[in-house]
Amino acid sequence: MIYLNGKEHEDYGSLAELLKDNGYKRDKIAVEINGAIIKKSDYDKTAVNSGDVIEVVSFVGGG
Amino acid sequence: MITFEEYEKALIERHGEKTHNILKSSAAAVAGLGGLGSNIAVMLARAGVGHLHLVDFDRVDITNLHRQQYDIDDIGTPKTDAMTRKIKRFNPFIKITSDNARVTENNAADIFGKYPVICEAFDKAENKAMLVNTVLSECGGSTIISASGMAGLESSNLITTRKICDRFYLCGDSENGIAEGVPLVAPRVALCAAHQANLALRIITGKEK
Repeated sequence: MIYLNGKEHEDYGSLAELLKDNGYKRDKIAVEINGAIIKKSDYDKTAVNSGDVIEVVSFVGGG
Repeated sequence: MITFEEYEKALIERHGEKTHNILKSSAAAVAGLGGLGSNIAVMLARAGVGHLHLVDFDRVDITNLHRQQYDIDDIGTPKTDAMTRKIKRFNPFIKITSDNARVTENNAADIFGKYPVICEAFDKAENKAMLVNTVLSECGGSTIISASGMAGLESSNLITTRKICDRFYLCGDSENGIAEGVPLVAPRVALCAAHQANLALRIITGKEK
């Protein structure tokens, strides 16, 4: 079990899989795992482990 | 004209000497001078932040007047110049620097890296994400206050300030973005800007841990 945006969620093997399955657009998000920001260039090499607390901020336009 | 001493005295009377001195010796950057950024810049300048760095590539347009802090005679003027002029009319003693530039992942760290507090006030979701990611990855001494979700005529009470992680805060309702037929109205944008500006003051004065 992981925690995605404050909710319990099934495990994922990788961040790339999590982003794809949940329909996140990579150019409009910021990803934080256990309090640390993940660089965009590391999205494809970042593993997701059971118990991880993950926050994906999905930005919407307007300013 | 008012003198520097008169201006200082008035701010000290309102804020107290200690808070005034902290604000006066602080610096903040505003990324984008549209609906959010023009309001943030005005609020931080009125509060007495000593140095503001203003960044925008655009010029004032007639379609900005409904929610941004510009006047008809600003139309056609670079927003950095129009905003500097506007602020100097009520706070002539503030230090304002600016970059009339388009921010990219290649220049963001150079433009913003030396500012301890950065208010992200861009329009497009991609640009918001780019600045947040770049600041968090490359500007270790900076805290970024970003905004997402202030479009539409939804309730004021949906707009919140949230700490996402160390050095990253998000203001807005996180959901209501610009879309065809969805209005972007002055009060709701200013509400979100006020969340950002107030958080900036809280960070500067050490109220936000």
